[in-house]
Amino acid sequence: MSGRYELVVIGTSTGGLHALTRLLSSLPGSYRLPILIVQHRSKDSDERLSGLLRVASRIPLHEAEDKQPLEGPGVYLGPPDYHLLVERDSIALSTEEPVAYSRPSIDVLFESAAYSHGSGVIGVLLTGANQDGTRGLQEIKLRGGYVIVQDPDSAESGFMPKHAMKNVLADRVLGLEQIAAELVVRASEAGAR
Amino acid sequence: MAGSTIPTLSNWTSDVVAKQRFTDATSELERLEMELLLTAIYRHHGFDFRAYAPASLHRRIRRHMENSGVPTISRLIELVLHQPPAMQRLLHDLSVNVTAMFRDPSFFLEFRNTVVPLLRTYPTVRIWHAGCSTGEEVYAMSILLEEEGLYDRSRIYATDMDSTVLDQARQGIFPLARMKEYTANYFLGGGKRSLNEYYTAKYDGALFAPRLARNVLFTQHNLAMDKGFSEFNVIVCRNVLIYFDRTLKDHVLGLFSESFATLGVLCLGRKESLRFTAFEEDFSVLSAREKIYRRNK
Repeated sequence: MSGRYELVVIGTSTGGLHALTRLLSSLPGSYRLPILIVQHRSKDSDERLSGLLRVASRIPLHEAEDKQPLEGPGVYLGPPDYHLLVERDSIALSTEEPVAYSRPSIDVLFESAAYSHGSGVIGVLLTGANQDGTRGLQEIKLRGGYVIVQDPDSAESGFMPKHAMKNVLADRVLGLEQIAAELVVRASEAGAR
Repeated sequence: MAGSTIPTLSNWTSDVVAKQRFTDATSELERLEMELLLTAIYRHHGFDFRAYAPASLHRRIRRHMENSGVPTISRLIELVLHQPPAMQRLLHDLSVNVTAMFRDPSFFLEFRNTVVPLLRTYPTVRIWHAGCSTGEEVYAMSILLEEEGLYDRSRIYATDMDSTVLDQARQGIFPLARMKEYTANYFLGGGKRSLNEYYTAKYDGALFAPRLARNVLFTQHNLAMDKGFSEFNVIVCRNVLIYFDRTLKDHVLGLFSESFATLGVLCLGRKESLRFTAFEEDFSVLSAREKIYRRNK
């Protein structure tokens, strides 16, 4: 039986490693939906980031590869120096220009998810010190998806969540543990499609 | 406005369902418009984008529309069919021409360590650089081959579908502002001299030594539509196939397979691979990290 939601996309910048570690360690290993993550990183960033997150995550975690099929559970992290996008049934990468100095860019991931999965997307924006993600959340919202923003008071850097809250009507504003709980609830919601 | 604004649960639920139907119908319509646009471009202008990976292609189309103030895809179709200059601008925005010298320096280091020793055993070396854009990587390869003493017996075919980027590539002038980054890449990639020995600074450009293009043939070629060449020892095609869908990627890999000399070497981008393709079994892995493969026959 398929559920209401098909995909979770998460974006974060400053403070993201800590936030992602806590979020991923709070999700059950059997979590049903694929999770795609953009954490801002420099182009020279190595595989230590995915190594650290892999230790924290009970769900298998991969550095995303182009055309990797999105079948069932798994956490996919956007690699350095590429944009992370999503097609109907697979991952897509791109080397197009950085957006607002970022590659990977959160907006690029969120917008592509909104276009490919419409109302089946859950978008989550966490700690960060820039404006990336707001536009993408708007697109997710516009297409009927579900928007969760980290409570700025609980964030290492509240700027990015605050900026999003000013411009998008979030469905939920929550701390990290509650975000994990909310993701579990949404994943079990029955399908309306 | 006051009074009756508190929604009941059933109202709320039907609102959600209605909104969902609306957005899903909207995306269905967008998909149709997109399909018509790509058909119009192909049938009227001969450029086939129908098998490009939709996520990034659609993003480039939307950005083009934003930047040129075109409100709907249907309007863009009209422009494409009736205003040739509009098609030129769209075509330019649809091709991805982001490149750098020695992008992913570790690839060039691995190429020196793993592929160069193989190439030394050949009397002549034929390389196809497919999707070379403005040529930065081609000049990088020429420099590498020269430093390894292989350039004089090498012949590089550098192709792209866009003739304007090839004109730029032939000139060998790259922005001076990027030389700092390229110099760092060059060293990390195993460079043996100093990058500034290869170029002359002029205004805000770096003019690379013409000898680096002496054994290079820049020529127009469309991977989606044209036939292959023959007898290449190395095919370099990094971060090009990511813009194609699975079917077109397989088609191009087939084209490459027909274009190899015995035991040819295939170099892909760092985050693309032969996994999930029909050709995985035909190649052995020379470097899993840098995505360098060698054909088994």
